Amino acid sequence: MEQFIFYPLSLMCIVFAVGVIVNTSPISSAVSLIGMMLGLAGLFVLLNAHLMAILQVLVYAGAIMVLFMFVIMLLNLKGDDEDWKMRGKNVLLASLSGVFVVTLLFKIFGDGFSTNIGKPAVLPETFGTTAAVGELLFTDFVLPFEVASILLLVAMIGAVVLAKTKLN
Amino acid sequence: MVPLSHYLIVSAILFFIGVLGVLLRRNVIVVFMSIEIMLNAVNLSLIGFDRFLNQHDGQVFSFMVMAVAAAEVSVGLAIIISIFRKKPTINLDEFNIMKW
Repeated sequence: MEQFIFYPLSLMCIVFAVGVIVNTSPISSAVSLIGMMLGLAGLFVLLNAHLMAILQVLVYAGAIMVLFMFVIMLLNLKGDDEDWKMRGKNVLLASLSGVFVVTLLFKIFGDGFSTNIGKPAVLPETFGTTAAVGELLFTDFVLPFEVASILLLVAMIGAVVLAKTKLN
Repeated sequence: MVPLSHYLIVSAILFFIGVLGVLLRRNVIVVFMSIEIMLNAVNLSLIGFDRFLNQHDGQVFSFMVMAVAAAEVSVGLAIIISIFRKKPTINLDEFNIMKW
């Protein structure tokens, strides 16, 4: 039963991700990216990570994409057909990363990997709930959590300073 | 039950699409979106490993990835706006004003 949800969702993710880099108009790219993020939220639900699924919808598909849309509208970017052109300097790098991905897929498919951790663990009732993740976040990872809050503060101040108009 | 390797394959394909977007596109907004695709692909494999190892560490990591992505996007888009004010283009190949 799970397969009937997993494969359409992952196909939708991949199609929308290709749509992001193929579209010539930035607005269509942004809408495709929203679709990909919603599909990924569905995959997170399949993995019993409900808190992460909700955060994916709220933070990524909500806040970050609104920021993208806002900047695209603010700069009044038109669809530029000339923009979709291969950069000759990067073709070598792109093919190297293709080789990397083929190697990675070969390793994932290879035996020895799936035998160890391929079997799903028996999950407790509380797996992926806000309480379970939050408990870990505020005990073992409390220092990274505080550092992340400082990082967000710095980013907020930096964005305001950078985007401010010059007063002279 | 879908095996872990299928989640990892989806994650690798999404990461590769993101790399292609960064390498081949010249529109700086689309390059930013490709970086977001890569971060999301990494989140998928972190949470997939979490599910199959019965731990929550990966979810905390992907929480941190989301925080860093939010910070990166806000600062990056502010930089794009301030460059755009000086020189009205979003073509990456023309962004060479930091070179000296």
